[in-house]
Amino acid sequence: MSGLQTDGRVEQGRLLTVENLSTTFATERGPVRAVDQVSLSLDRGQALGIVGESGSGKTVLSRSIMGLLPSTARREGSIRFGDHELLGSGAVDMSKLWGREMSMVFQNPMVSLNPVMRIGEQIAEPLRIHLGMSRRDARATTVRLLRDVRIPEPERRVDQYPHELSGGMRQRVMIAITLACGPTLLFADEPTTALDVTVQAQILDLIAEQREERNMSVVLVTHDLGVVAGHTDVIAVMYGGRLVEVAPTAVLFADMRMPYTEALLQSIPRLDQPSHTRLTAIPGRPPDLLDPPRGCAFAPRCAFARDRCREEAPTLTPADNPEHRFACWYPVGSAEYLETRERIASGLTIGGRS
Amino acid sequence: MTDAPHLRPDIDAVLRVRDLVVDFPMKKGQRVHAVSGVSFDVARGETLGIVGESGCGKSTTGRAIMQMPRPTSGSVEFESAEMTALGRSDLREARTRVQMIFQDPISSLNPRRRVRDSVLDPLDIWQRGTDEERSDRVDAILEEVGIDPARAHDSRPHQFSGGQCQRIAIARALVLDPTLIICDEPVSALDVSVQAQVLNLLEDLKAAHGLTMIFIAHDLAVVKNVSDRVAVMYLGRLCEIADPDRLYARPAHPYTRVLLDSVPVPDPALGRATTGISGEPPSPIAPPSGCRFHPRCPAADERCRVEVPEMTEIEPGHHVACHHPLVTQVAISS
Repeated sequence: MSGLQTDGRVEQGRLLTVENLSTTFATERGPVRAVDQVSLSLDRGQALGIVGESGSGKTVLSRSIMGLLPSTARREGSIRFGDHELLGSGAVDMSKLWGREMSMVFQNPMVSLNPVMRIGEQIAEPLRIHLGMSRRDARATTVRLLRDVRIPEPERRVDQYPHELSGGMRQRVMIAITLACGPTLLFADEPTTALDVTVQAQILDLIAEQREERNMSVVLVTHDLGVVAGHTDVIAVMYGGRLVEVAPTAVLFADMRMPYTEALLQSIPRLDQPSHTRLTAIPGRPPDLLDPPRGCAFAPRCAFARDRCREEAPTLTPADNPEHRFACWYPVGSAEYLETRERIASGLTIGGRS
Repeated sequence: MTDAPHLRPDIDAVLRVRDLVVDFPMKKGQRVHAVSGVSFDVARGETLGIVGESGCGKSTTGRAIMQMPRPTSGSVEFESAEMTALGRSDLREARTRVQMIFQDPISSLNPRRRVRDSVLDPLDIWQRGTDEERSDRVDAILEEVGIDPARAHDSRPHQFSGGQCQRIAIARALVLDPTLIICDEPVSALDVSVQAQVLNLLEDLKAAHGLTMIFIAHDLAVVKNVSDRVAVMYLGRLCEIADPDRLYARPAHPYTRVLLDSVPVPDPALGRATTGISGEPPSPIAPPSGCRFHPRCPAADERCRVEVPEMTEIEPGHHVACHHPLVTQVAISS
């Protein structure tokens, strides 16, 4: 597979460094800052989960890194991929990286695949364009890739059209396309949202298996804390375009500090709860990015918010574990947090506004 | 008529469904067997959850109760009236007492109408009370679901969020004071933080209005949270039915087990969910013989390929249609 590799490829260590990345869209109603001052990094072979609700900026963040944004978007800050800077003057030509170094699995495989093109041709296309393979070699590689993603009878399937495949099979084809040129970084944006729960488990296992086999880095973008819990090393929680908590997966679940992360987890019904357990809903709804709140974006919905939260936005600061960062003035476990919780428990306040 | 020991003839049932079959014709004389002989009953004040993957017939079952479309065969007895035998005007009247809530709240509201009018419509059509009484009723129900009536009076669906539109759809379903509400994936299009609000609201409304509910969803945890009894469907048939705490603690059907094992758990300490099954459900055009789950079942043998398993009680109130249930049958005194 040495023919698949480009020069200066990162074999181990830091693969991606994002610093103070902001992405702003010019809209009719004014500028919308969908990603606001985001900094994060990713090592080769690591899996990062970006978790957030709709409108949190998680999809725009991954597309900002990939350079897949409409012309109304403006990016500021720095994105370093290996030795390349992807933003500003002297930025590397993204078409050199797409497919070979980074690729993306989209949410809806029915929309992302070309309905009038055989799946084999769709997988072979990047092989021929990015790697200059001959038609014959590309076809042989395509069959091997279909086998890698566990599609039965790949020799027959290669000549089928997307409509002849089930949703799960189509998502496997999408994954085969993204894996075709042996990328070092795979983005998977809600890769299983359109799929049934049994198929979802199969697809997540497939991505995990291919990550291990290829020492690939994976960015898993999802709204589902359950999905990231089992399939990532690090989790970044987004709210209103900002990172509000970043930590190694086990640390995050054992010791979450941001009240939003905690509220998100508590609002999910769990299999191990008895039926009719009252859910802890988060009142209100996510912020309007056209007119974001002044302080912490979560403050209007936060049961633990105080005056300072509504005035001044907290920045991401390290916890006791330096790998764990959160943005909150009165984090889970702080004296103020405990005091508020006690007040809620004794029924003196009903928490945030609804 | 198949044997159906999971039916409860002695209860005060709002709904009794027997041997429900729904086929859809296709080209070349083929038929899609969407629902193939499903029986269940729903007691007054109870919530029946129906879970299964896409294509299992859960939504078709819900719609067949409403006679949208009328089922191919079988019986749907709602408040002692046989829905399948009702004429047009009787059916229209019966449907005021069975209401549905759909998955996509924005597209289930008319985008060109003010939302308060959408909620008022059913009352106008049925001429319930005076104009003033209708207006008061709409405002009260909107308040109850957490929507400001004044805003609803001026605004159209696109001016509300998905969660708010679902509240409006719920208000519209409740405005005629129905007996039975059929919710088809009512929270799957909503963000998790909003999903919890809507689930809590449904529980509150159920208690306040004495509603009976059928809650159709693919999310097992959501179904467990709201249901008093849960039915698992696979490829048009009922696999297992029990109260949720029993069903989730001791699934007896291998398919229920697979479903539960596939759910990603938000706790890394519990490890990754393992894929207990390969492949996907076969086509409902030519469903497998015998037990429809047999081609994917780890426990399947010759009998499963030939003989359709009947519902059997394996513990009180817990019924399964499987030749090799995972929970061994306990002696039950009849």
